[in-house]
Amino acid sequence: MNEIIESVKNLSIGFNSQKGKQISILRNVSTNIKKGETVGIVGESGSGKSTLALAMMGYIKQGLFPLKGECLFKSKDLLKMSSRQLEKIRGRKIAMIPQNAGQALTPNLKIGYQIDEALKLHTDLNKTERDKKISELLNKVRLPSPETMAFRYPHELSGGQQQRVAVAMALAGKPDLLLLDEPTTGLDVTTQAHVLELLRFIAKDTGTSMIYVSHDLGAIAQVSDRIVVMYAGEIVLEGPARKILKEPIHPYTYGLLKSIPKLSLAGLPASMPGSQPQPGSINEGCSFYDRCNLATDNCKKNSPDLEHIKELDTNVRCFNYKELINQNNNLQTSITKKSNNSEANEVLKLKDVSISYAKQKFFDQLLNKISDQNPTVKDINIDIKKGETIALVGESGSGKSTILKSIAGLLKTKDGQIKFENDRILSSDLKMRNPNDLRAIQLIFQNPDESLNPNHTVEQILSQPLKLYFNLSGEELKKNIIDLLKKVRLGEFYMSRYPRQLSGGEKQRVAVARAFAAKPDIILCDEVTSALDVSVQAAVLNLLQQLKEDLGTTYVFVSHDLAVVRAISDRVAVLYQGRLCEIGPSQNVYKFPSHPYTEVLLGAVLEPDPDIKPKLVAEDIVEEKPPEKGCSFQGRCPRKIGDICNLEVPPWQIGENGNAIRCHINIDELASLQQ
Amino acid sequence: MLLLILKRIGLGLITLFIVSLITFVGVEVLPGDACTTYLEREAYGAALDACIKRLGLDIPAYERYLDWASNVIRGDFGYSLSGEMPINEVLGPRVKNSLVLASVSILIGIPLAIVLGIITALWRDKFPDIMISTITIFSMTIPEFISATLLILIVAIWLGWLPGIVIIPSDATFYELLSNIILPVVAISMIMTAHMARMVRSSVIQVMASDYVQMAILKGVPYWKMVFRHVLPNALLPAINVVALTIAWLLGGVVVTEVVFNYPGLGRLVIESISNRDLPVVQALAIILASIYVGINLIADLMTLMLNPRLKSLQIRK
Repeated sequence: MNEIIESVKNLSIGFNSQKGKQISILRNVSTNIKKGETVGIVGESGSGKSTLALAMMGYIKQGLFPLKGECLFKSKDLLKMSSRQLEKIRGRKIAMIPQNAGQALTPNLKIGYQIDEALKLHTDLNKTERDKKISELLNKVRLPSPETMAFRYPHELSGGQQQRVAVAMALAGKPDLLLLDEPTTGLDVTTQAHVLELLRFIAKDTGTSMIYVSHDLGAIAQVSDRIVVMYAGEIVLEGPARKILKEPIHPYTYGLLKSIPKLSLAGLPASMPGSQPQPGSINEGCSFYDRCNLATDNCKKNSPDLEHIKELDTNVRCFNYKELINQNNNLQTSITKKSNNSEANEVLKLKDVSISYAKQKFFDQLLNKISDQNPTVKDINIDIKKGETIALVGESGSGKSTILKSIAGLLKTKDGQIKFENDRILSSDLKMRNPNDLRAIQLIFQNPDESLNPNHTVEQILSQPLKLYFNLSGEELKKNIIDLLKKVRLGEFYMSRYPRQLSGGEKQRVAVARAFAAKPDIILCDEVTSALDVSVQAAVLNLLQQLKEDLGTTYVFVSHDLAVVRAISDRVAVLYQGRLCEIGPSQNVYKFPSHPYTEVLLGAVLEPDPDIKPKLVAEDIVEEKPPEKGCSFQGRCPRKIGDICNLEVPPWQIGENGNAIRCHINIDELASLQQ
Repeated sequence: MLLLILKRIGLGLITLFIVSLITFVGVEVLPGDACTTYLEREAYGAALDACIKRLGLDIPAYERYLDWASNVIRGDFGYSLSGEMPINEVLGPRVKNSLVLASVSILIGIPLAIVLGIITALWRDKFPDIMISTITIFSMTIPEFISATLLILIVAIWLGWLPGIVIIPSDATFYELLSNIILPVVAISMIMTAHMARMVRSSVIQVMASDYVQMAILKGVPYWKMVFRHVLPNALLPAINVVALTIAWLLGGVVVTEVVFNYPGLGRLVIESISNRDLPVVQALAIILASIYVGINLIADLMTLMLNPRLKSLQIRK
């Protein structure tokens, strides 16, 4: 167990800047991977975790080069090997499971061929033995009908299946070390939990060492024996998983853990101020100095070394770590948020809304009718009160973003009405809405890189809605822009910046400011924190909450992340295949009795706690379209009771706490089943 | 799949129908008709009437169109005015000559372009890339009529290695043609090859940067195997359509080059028949060139469809 299989020694990797300066992305990193051990490398984007992981396979991305140090695999330095020697090690001794299997599988080659290729390169099996082995591997990663699976192309598989194929391919060469680069990021919650479970099983079954790289402490917590925390290209904390997650003694790790929204906590997570320094802008002193609340003058001048603390079996890079020992009961706290006034009037009503993506046939187009009997979104009834935050939750394909687009007028409804203020019907066609209605409903998109025009300065971006809706100009316009920036906690000097000069969090703040510029009544938030790092996500969530409390805005918040939803929302609507499953006050939706789908979702959430294991109650099948009749969840429901589920649409049942569940099983029975 | 092919072919036929209508209407709308151009100064009185009668120009235009179109479908383009001989006889050898010229250019140009594109992409920013890229960009910028003239000046006049002008009858044998077409082929394929090589280069570079190529490297696939199995099929796929467009576009180059080298092909016929106002021949040529254009693009579309597993299964599922 104590045999070291790969060891990184004083590794620095960097690039030459345009000014000819040497800039390091990885600074003096040393760590050891022992046999049979799973090491989680965690850090936010730009921390150098992927660069480190790839270097451990002797792979350095184009443009980068090693500055010093070595990567010893079985005491041979990978960074000094020829590509011929590396070919012998890659796939055979060290194998990689990539982040996005959909893009990492070659599109023109069949699954079977791609696995066979690895077998041919790394084993001596003959053709028939290899064919048998392919089936075996596909079976091992629990893919359905392995025989036919081998003849399919990557694009014919779902995301979770593609990831399993990547795992099978990595296992083909029986590697001693598996390298996993964000292997579950981008998968749906339930799929993610299933793939992680598979990986854990494989680690145990084959005794392979694993390096698991992720930004997601929830996923890391599920698989790792040991955790390495990276910040700005350095290791800041390293130790046994349980110690790191439960008693983090580095202020960054502590802050990171506090900024993760948790299912068990109703309030908002605490955010960490500032952002990670860019490579090249790191000066003397501790790289976390600017964001640290334990920082002293010493931290500004001298950078701490990685210090080994024997009694905790932990390495930490901090002068003041002792202040954090025994401080950690604080981890399970959150910022309470002011709940909305439930007496308020309804501001937006969705009545029997159905939306279809089906292409209209020529004659139907002439008659101006939509003829889809089984629309993507069907029978949505939601009343939204003024000043509340309602969340739409579901996995990909649940129709949550579709509903949002319809409210915004970007997508025509097939049936039903969207009523705004005093039951006035809003046209589902953007062109038919009056300017004031357009102003009143604003949208914030998932990815600020795509929603902000890269050729406009922040000033131009923010002045557009102000000019359009309020005819502002000159000094008044400028004053308003500065006010808006102040509201989202950005200084006046940001006005002249371009989006590319901002960090991810700053960009999303500008997008928030742009939405608020219109003084809207309702803001539609489409996965607004999904593209952000956890610490930044917490800051944006807090900002949104603060603005709502100050201005009384209503949010419709779409997210796939149940913990985020728990933190921000007053009410939650759970969707599956475009049909509502459950709706109610958020504290109740997160308690049983639940709709079976909510139960599945809640079970699959990964908490940054090694003691909370996900419960996998349903298969992670991907359904392409909603069933034509009966309950929308019939295909995957773990509590299906029989034909009635296939034939009849379940009735709404209202529980004691006011959450409504759409299920054939009696709500009290559900409660006792889920105990 | 079959349905899709039929659909594409149908669309191609509709395109040809529209082209034929446009050329026919264009000829009708032009001032003067076949007789006035043919008779020139004698276009009056009895001679004109007789001519109109003989060519059937007194029949209403739509009837003449139907008549002409049904003949074309049967492969009969009617009579040329200037030579008073069947257009098919005029066209036959010309089409053959041009086809020889074009296909030799394509057969040399495409493989060369692919090889050059791959070399420049794999040795990106290194010596081979810099050298080849400089040459391709240079030859891309020179129009055919200049490069053709320069070739004649250097190879034919200064060095005296090859004949400067093609002096062969239009019904020359294939072998006679081959020895004469070296310079025209070089002139035509220069631009085409350069364009395609650039296209292949950027396509290969893009694929080399993809996640699946990184994955193949990390899987331990040897370099050249990776290039041939993982990179090229995916990089050349999008190039097919561009190649088709380049070939269609090459038709224009053929016209110019043929005139410069005095080559007895379709291109020279286009120029000749236009300056002679031989309208039936112009019409016939328009249809033939349009068919080639449509045909090549159709083949390219179908090839992409067959070779791209993603599109193929998408179509089958529908």
